[in-house]
Amino acid sequence: MNTGMVTAAYIIAAILFILSLAGLSRQETARRGNLFGMAGMAIAVLATVFGDAVDNYLVLVIIAAIGGFIGLTLAKRVEMTQMPELVAILHSFVGLAAVLVGFATYLDPESYYIGVERTIHDVEIYLGVLIGALTFTGSVVAFGKLSGKLGSKPLVIPSRGLVIGGIGAACLVLLFVFIGTAPDTATVAAVLPGVDASAAATADAVDVVSSESKTAGTLVLIIMTLLAFAFGVLMVMAIGGADMPVVISMLNSYSGWAAAAAGFMLSNDLLIVVGALVGSSGAILSYIMCRAMNRKFLSVIMGGWGDVAPKAATDADGEPQGEAVAIQADEVAEMMRDADSVVIVPGYGMAVAHAQHPVSELVQKLRAAGKNVRFAIHPVAGRMPGHMNVLLAEANVPYDLVLEMDEINDELGDTDVVVVIGANDIVNPSAEDDPSSPIAGMPVLEVWKAKNVIVSKRGMATGYAGVENPLFFRDNTRMLFGDAKDSVQAVLAAL
Amino acid sequence: MLIGVPKETHPGEQRVALTPETAGRIMKLGHELILQAGAGDSADFADEAYREAGVEVVDDMAAVYERAALIMKVRAPDEQEIEHLRQGQTLISFIWPAQNETLMSALAGKGVTVLAMDSVPRISRAQKLDALSSMANIGGYRAVVEAANRFGRFFTGQVTAAGKVPPAKVLVIGAGVAGLAAIGAARGMGAIVRAFDTRPEVAEQVASMGGEFLMLEFDDKDGDGEGGYAKTMSDEFIAAEMALFREQAKEVDIVITTALIPGRPAPELWTTDMVESMKPGSVIVDLAAEQGGNCKLTQANEVIQHHGVTLIGYTDLPSRMAAQSSQLYGTNLRHLLTDLTPGKDGQIDVNMDDAVIRGTTVVKEGEITWPPPAPKLSAAPKAKAPPAKPTDAELAKAAADAKPASVLVPMLIGAVALLALGSVAPPDFMSHFTVFVMACFVGYQVVWSVSPALHTPLMSVTNAISGIIVVGALLQISSGSALVVFLSAVAVLIASINIVGGFMVTQRMLKMFRKD
Repeated sequence: MNTGMVTAAYIIAAILFILSLAGLSRQETARRGNLFGMAGMAIAVLATVFGDAVDNYLVLVIIAAIGGFIGLTLAKRVEMTQMPELVAILHSFVGLAAVLVGFATYLDPESYYIGVERTIHDVEIYLGVLIGALTFTGSVVAFGKLSGKLGSKPLVIPSRGLVIGGIGAACLVLLFVFIGTAPDTATVAAVLPGVDASAAATADAVDVVSSESKTAGTLVLIIMTLLAFAFGVLMVMAIGGADMPVVISMLNSYSGWAAAAAGFMLSNDLLIVVGALVGSSGAILSYIMCRAMNRKFLSVIMGGWGDVAPKAATDADGEPQGEAVAIQADEVAEMMRDADSVVIVPGYGMAVAHAQHPVSELVQKLRAAGKNVRFAIHPVAGRMPGHMNVLLAEANVPYDLVLEMDEINDELGDTDVVVVIGANDIVNPSAEDDPSSPIAGMPVLEVWKAKNVIVSKRGMATGYAGVENPLFFRDNTRMLFGDAKDSVQAVLAAL
Repeated sequence: MLIGVPKETHPGEQRVALTPETAGRIMKLGHELILQAGAGDSADFADEAYREAGVEVVDDMAAVYERAALIMKVRAPDEQEIEHLRQGQTLISFIWPAQNETLMSALAGKGVTVLAMDSVPRISRAQKLDALSSMANIGGYRAVVEAANRFGRFFTGQVTAAGKVPPAKVLVIGAGVAGLAAIGAARGMGAIVRAFDTRPEVAEQVASMGGEFLMLEFDDKDGDGEGGYAKTMSDEFIAAEMALFREQAKEVDIVITTALIPGRPAPELWTTDMVESMKPGSVIVDLAAEQGGNCKLTQANEVIQHHGVTLIGYTDLPSRMAAQSSQLYGTNLRHLLTDLTPGKDGQIDVNMDDAVIRGTTVVKEGEITWPPPAPKLSAAPKAKAPPAKPTDAELAKAAADAKPASVLVPMLIGAVALLALGSVAPPDFMSHFTVFVMACFVGYQVVWSVSPALHTPLMSVTNAISGIIVVGALLQISSGSALVVFLSAVAVLIASINIVGGFMVTQRMLKMFRKD
């Protein structure tokens, strides 16, 4: 394949990738979209492999086969509740690959640029490695937190702002040092007097000079990589469990930008296009998640719940919260038997307890009895965007029963029974009623407007935001204490 | 504490203040119970059933009064019964303190403590002991049953071999507890139900019971008085209301009136000319008969005919369903006793600091404590004028004013930065940069249209796609330097995990999404 054909193949691949994302706009076209993505990837890889630049086929095939096998096994084995972890670890791979590609590009003896091109090339490598490195460690930490190998509590080191600022400043300084290590035009001219430095014919001579300067540059690059690794760890360590949707989408975005940076350093438009697609996709998801929590992106990244101390919110007006009324499973069953419409609000607690299958069974039973049963999903329910939808799909809940917050909020007032399973902050009325609450202004599911609310919860603990939930003390709320899975199964048995 | 329940002495009263079921629950609070033999007979609760529940049954009424420290009744005591009461005893029953001043002073003279079930404050917490609502609910249901009994046709419309039967049309005036119960019962029997109330906000409740709410074309419709009761309306309002009723009178077959204003005679809503304009065979049930009736022709406790229309003025509708009303009233009493026995140790504590108990207690140890201080309203009355908010138009205008500067400045900065970059960067870089910026915009457009339900598949597929970095590694893998080959090989390895893993798990997820 000549260069023109490879470029043409890349264009086709880029179009297929765009169609792939576009396909995900609707359930009907989503699977076709994924197939487009696969086709695009196959075309891109094959075009590159059969292009002029590659001849090391044996190593390539063996390695790709091993990688592919591992990937396949992961994809088959993973449970849907573990999806956030899988996505996080896959992000870390992209980050690491970007770092490796960056180093390989820098060390590649066949690349030689001088002057402004050299500077730009170095900046591209530097940025690619930087973003890749912090994506790598950030994702590894996120993986650790999501899989429970690390505590999900935010871990903030003392004077974290200073440390992070210091690392940032150091990275910036090192960038200039790094650029400085490149041989300037004068040096090259001195080696080869009278020859135009930009001519390709000077390659051998320039090579001698640049290999010396590259040793220093590599050192700088390694130091910066270590700093970026530390940065990634510090950043994600300080972020708590329920902010994970934001972090995951942010890392998603970074992995895209890392790929785009690699595209710049290799002058490869396909990488640039794909990186930009993925990067903007992740950025939009982060934005949607932040908006759903009414929080600023920066304050999420800086960890914790902003400036307001959670303590101030627990009894702002000094009035006792009242009494939460407990309910037994058989009474819940009774209530559901009398109801015409039931809405289920799942949260992360449902995923933790693996309650989605009994919930699905409950829904089938209620629907068989002619009741109108639906699900209400808050955008940040769970640990990654769309987490609940995937869990419910796994449990065979038809997706047309699963509605978004905006679709169902107006109907909650006409609902007989709302069942909240393992969710807290996303159904907290103080977000609307209490301007002094830390979560004031966050869009929430207005479950308290329903005739009856049943909250399945392990105890009276506060949610991620550390805010008391007045919902539990409302007249129309009943608490069903216990593990979500056991509770739902008890209700099923009583029906 | 020993609680006594005598047989009701009022002629025709069939209810009883204790059922075998509530007896069991009251005893769990630590109380003992004593019942006059035959007290439950008319409500179909046999003495034997009470005995089984652990209640002592005695023949003599005097014995009940003598031994019990607390007496539970349905009706207010008559003179003879008051005689039996003694100093320090507690009485719980209906009293109607506003209408029965002599009774009140007689009770106070006896030095007893009296809790009136009709004076339970109408706040949410007290709903479980609100006997008026329980009784009104039964009254509303029974009103429909009585009307159906006197009405010569089906309620529900039918198409039979012998011809078509139109459904009966029922008008319910006053959508309180009784009115709503009547709407529900009449709907249940298949009639077309219309309802009217001076409080427009009950329209929703009427609709929820299956009734059609009749609206008045009128300003200032707020008829909500204190404590959830309707208040007296202005003349104009009444004129409009009467016009509506006159129109309805010609159409409807059955009228059930439930309009009461506390402490006042019932308002006349259904005038004689309306009765006369109704179709022969129509039925009117006047639930306000005891307070003079919403229709002047109604006679309390009588059924009369006027102009071919039957007017029912029973005042004992709950008593006509004695088993049901005894059970509900008994449960209300049980809830009151639960509040009065906080320790569940059989010790009654008439705690005057508790808003519910304070409101219910009308005589405390011989002192009249009625009326109670005004309880907090169950719902604050809505303010007439909402606080002045900037209208949407004003807000939009403000936003438009702010816009040009806030958008233009960053755009200008961006443009200048781009020009600066372009002035130094080589053309090759700028062409890549063009591709990059365009791709960002395409990504932005495409990703916003992704359904939120598919955000997880979106992430896993973008994850797989970002494995495209493998292309970068592939370009390096045939390098002459062994180190570069090694780095690239590792990159190819992990990127291919990413590609295959990402696409396969996306496929697996998307397969699970199914339509109903």
